Formats: sequence, structure tokens, C-alpha cells
Amino acid sequence: MEFEPVIGLEVHAQLLTNSKIFCGCSTKFGAPPNSHTCPVCLGMPGVLPVLNRIVVEYAIKMALAVNCTINPLSEWARKNYFYPDLPKGYQITQYAYPLAEHGWVEIETNGETKRIGIARIHMEEDAGKLIHDEKIPVSYVDMNRAGVPLIEIVSEPEIRSPEEGADYLRRLHEILVYLEICDGNMEEGSFRCDANVSLRPKGQESFGTRTELKNMNSFRNVQRALEYEIKRQKYILENGGRVVQETRLWDDAEGATFPMRGKEEAHDYRYFPDPDLPPLVVSSRWVEDIGRTLPELPSEKRKRFIRNYGIPPYDAEVLTSSRALADYFEAVAARCGKSKAASNWVMGDIMGHLKEDKLEMNECPVAAESLGDLIKLIEDGTISGKMAKEVFEEMWRSGKEPAVIIKEKGMEQITDPSALEKVIDDILAAHPTQVEQYKGGKEKVFGFFVGQVMKATKGQANPTMVNDILKEKLGAL
Amino acid sequence: MKITKEEVQYVADLARLTLSKEEKEVFTTHLNDILMYVDILKSADTMDVEPMSHVVESAEAFRDDVVTPSIGTDAALANAPDHNGSAFRVPRVIE
Repeated sequence: MEFEPVIGLEVHAQLLTNSKIFCGCSTKFGAPPNSHTCPVCLGMPGVLPVLNRIVVEYAIKMALAVNCTINPLSEWARKNYFYPDLPKGYQITQYAYPLAEHGWVEIETNGETKRIGIARIHMEEDAGKLIHDEKIPVSYVDMNRAGVPLIEIVSEPEIRSPEEGADYLRRLHEILVYLEICDGNMEEGSFRCDANVSLRPKGQESFGTRTELKNMNSFRNVQRALEYEIKRQKYILENGGRVVQETRLWDDAEGATFPMRGKEEAHDYRYFPDPDLPPLVVSSRWVEDIGRTLPELPSEKRKRFIRNYGIPPYDAEVLTSSRALADYFEAVAARCGKSKAASNWVMGDIMGHLKEDKLEMNECPVAAESLGDLIKLIEDGTISGKMAKEVFEEMWRSGKEPAVIIKEKGMEQITDPSALEKVIDDILAAHPTQVEQYKGGKEKVFGFFVGQVMKATKGQANPTMVNDILKEKLGAL
Repeated sequence: MKITKEEVQYVADLARLTLSKEEKEVFTTHLNDILMYVDILKSADTMDVEPMSHVVESAEAFRDDVVTPSIGTDAALANAPDHNGSAFRVPRVIE
């Protein structure tokens, strides 16, 4: 029997606010344990949460970017469970009435475009962090992360393969980073993903029993975990077994998923509206104001790059992978007016050097305008493409302008016809044997003369002009 | 009966409450009375009434996104039954 996977993904994204969602403690990562805490985020009795306005703004930004409807009225709820990283014994989240619903993102997998529905986006607070002692049976609790704002983005169960799952995540990640509301760091847990997976016989409407996968901290691992889980469930079903509904953890080293121990009975969260927080009212005016601040999103930018710059889709995809990179490319293209050349230099030399020196785009030592100038110098024949590479290396090292480097190194091409004629006359006079050979029909000797001219001018002669003048002179002999 | 003794035990377990046999009897009766009362409330016609989850209908109750001083690690740990000077210490929990 042929089975079809049904996958839904839940993404938790940490929002880039300065302070926590319900108190003024800093959200900065890496501070000494428990130094960013106060009675509110420690869950002391009698304290009251007050909502950070920017959290709502960022959540609305994301909701608009993925085509969601923003609910004018949403509600805060308490999700009740006991765990040492949760100081109040409940997490403040949104449940029955989330901030936003019914959105979608477009993904492209193996050349096919598809819309993946987004069921809802809601806001909530993060929990603290547990560190387990390696020797004695105790755990240490750091509450710095408790109360850091998160949005949860829940997809519809419309993903049909691990590849689609990974593509969907890449799109969400890209949008969050473009909006500058999440740093997208998967290692530090700023972008986390859980997956729900089930199989059903192809053609069947109803869903099979699902498992929930956790602990995948990269796009690749999400894809691997989904692949493994689909295989595992298929094996069970094909052998007449039944899939058990459970939470499973991905083990990267083993390349497999394993059932999570404990916590199972705690799945009854007894949600109820949080009496400490009034319902959240979002006016259409507020939504419109936020909508006007949205930057051009990656998918629109890609389409515009292909349309306006005439660059191949692959180039557009690479160049729009980050806002900084896209801005840089546009500045280079604007300066030199040669978009394909700009694309080649940015994707090749710039990205290569950045990677090699482990630099971010904003740390690039070559200004976009300087690179644009360099491309112009190639186009107008001042230097050859080969020399340009040398100039570029120097620009990367010293940050100097290309014209300055060319002057200092005496690298300008010789484009003065009389100067070139003089050199060529000298060479022809010095090599009578080869001239005879050429006249005798041995046209290969032409290359020899070109080589001699280049040697005499240290490669600075303009190649097209050398060709023309040589042909003319040899023809006249 | 609206609620069984087993359900009372289940809810008590979720709330980490240990109930004696007698308490279980008493709370089952209490909760049952409450749920019966809710049944009476249910008979009211609320067809044209919007659900209400809060006494305040709406409030512009926001903070600006400004960092204010935290209380510091020492104060945070001061009331903890156990700590190591930088973090709360609890019996090991494994996910």
C-alpha cells in the first residue's frame, strides 16, 4: 500500500525586543544565570504582568507578512503544568482566541510552487532553562529566559514531504529575519521547530495517528527527523501494527527518534483565560500603521530582481537570501549599471571572501560603490578582467578605491594607439623569421606576436586594440 | 453525579495535591454542587450575548519596550530552598 505523509509544523520564534514580554528585565542572551530576573518573571505571589507593546507589533508584522487575518480581539490564557523551568506553574499564552489566523506562505519544492496554510499565530512567554548536573542527580534552573517573548506559528497539516517541511521552515525563517523581529539563531534556540507527523493510505481523507517530534535544531535535522519518522511509521503500518500517539525526541547522533519519557500525563493543560491580563484589542488603524512599515519581503524581492535586473532565478534566490546582501547587490548594480556583472562579483568574489574570512555582510571591507567602480573600470577597458581580480584582492585587504590601486600599481591598460603601434613595430622588427612564417600562411604565429606585445607591456595592452593593430600591420607587410 | 471520585483524584494529581480519603469525599460533593449550579446557569438564554472572558472589556494596558533594572542574582535566589549561588537547584528532571 502506498502511504502519504501528513505533516504540520509548529515554529517558536524569539522576538528581538529589548525587554521581556510582561516585565522590564533584559532579554539579552548570555548574561550570568538569574541576573535578568525580577518578581514578575520569577512568578512571585501578588505580582502583575504588563504587556510589552512592541511584542504585539512584531507579532502583527509577522502575521501580515504571511497573509494572516488579525483578530480585533484576542485573549491571554494560562497553560497549566508543573516543571522546574516554569516558575508560576503556568505559562501565559494565547489559546481560544489567538492574535492571528488563516494565513499562508508560498514554497517552491523541486520546481513546484505550493501554498502552505498557516492556521494561527499567537504570542506567549518563554520558560527558563534547565542545566543537568553530570555527576549528582540535580538540575540547575536559570530564569533569564523566563518571560522572553515568543510567537508560535502553527501550519495547517498541508505539508506532504520532508523537503516541503524544510522549504516551509526556510521561508518562515527568511521572513522573520527580513522583518528584523527575530535573529533566527537555531543553535541558541531563537528559532525552534516541532513537527506533527502521521501517515495515511494514499487517497484517504481522514488522518492517521500522529506523533510529535521535538529537539531538531537545524533545517537539515528537521528534514532528517521527518524522513526517519515516516519510515518508522510506514514499517509499523505495513507490518499490521499501530502507531502510538506520543512525543518523540530526535537524537542527532543516532539519526533516530525516541519516545520522550515522563511528562505524558501532564498533557492536560486546563487552559483558562488569564484574569491578570485584559483582552487584547487591536484596532484596524494600528494594523494599517504597522502594515505600512513592512519591508519588501524576500519573495517579492526575488521576483523584482528577475524582472528589473534580468538576472537568472538562481542569482535572484542567492542575492535575496538576506536583506543586507540584497541591498549590497542593488548598490553595486546601481553604481555600474551592469546587473549580471554585479551579480557575478557579489555572488562569487564577495560571498567567497566573506565566507573565507568569516565575516558578516555588514562587515564587508569593500564598499558597494567601490565594487561598482571596479566593474565600470573593466567595462570601459581601463583594466582587464584578470587584472581586476588582482585589484579586488588589494581592495579587500586595504579598503582602497580601485582607481587609486590601479594608479599606484601602474596597472592601467594601454589604450593609446600610437603607443601600441610603437611597441608592435618594434616587435615585428625584432622577429623577422616569424613575420615570414606568418606571411607564408602560418597563422598560428599571430598568437606569438600577441604574447610578445603583452610581455613587453606587462599585460597592460588593451587586447582588442592589439589584435586590430597587429592584423592591420601584418596585412600591410 | 456530575463528577466522579476518580476525576477528582485526577484533577488533584494534576495540581499536585494529596487528598485523604475523607477530603476526596468532601471535594467530590463540593465540586458536584458547583457543577449542578452551573447547569442552572446554562438554562439562561444567552443566544444574543457575546462571550465574556474578562470584567474589563478593553484596556490600553501596555508597557514601552524599555529595560528596567532586574533585582540581581542574589536577591532572586534569596528565598530559594536550595541554590548554588548562581542558579536554583532542584531534584533532577529529565525530559
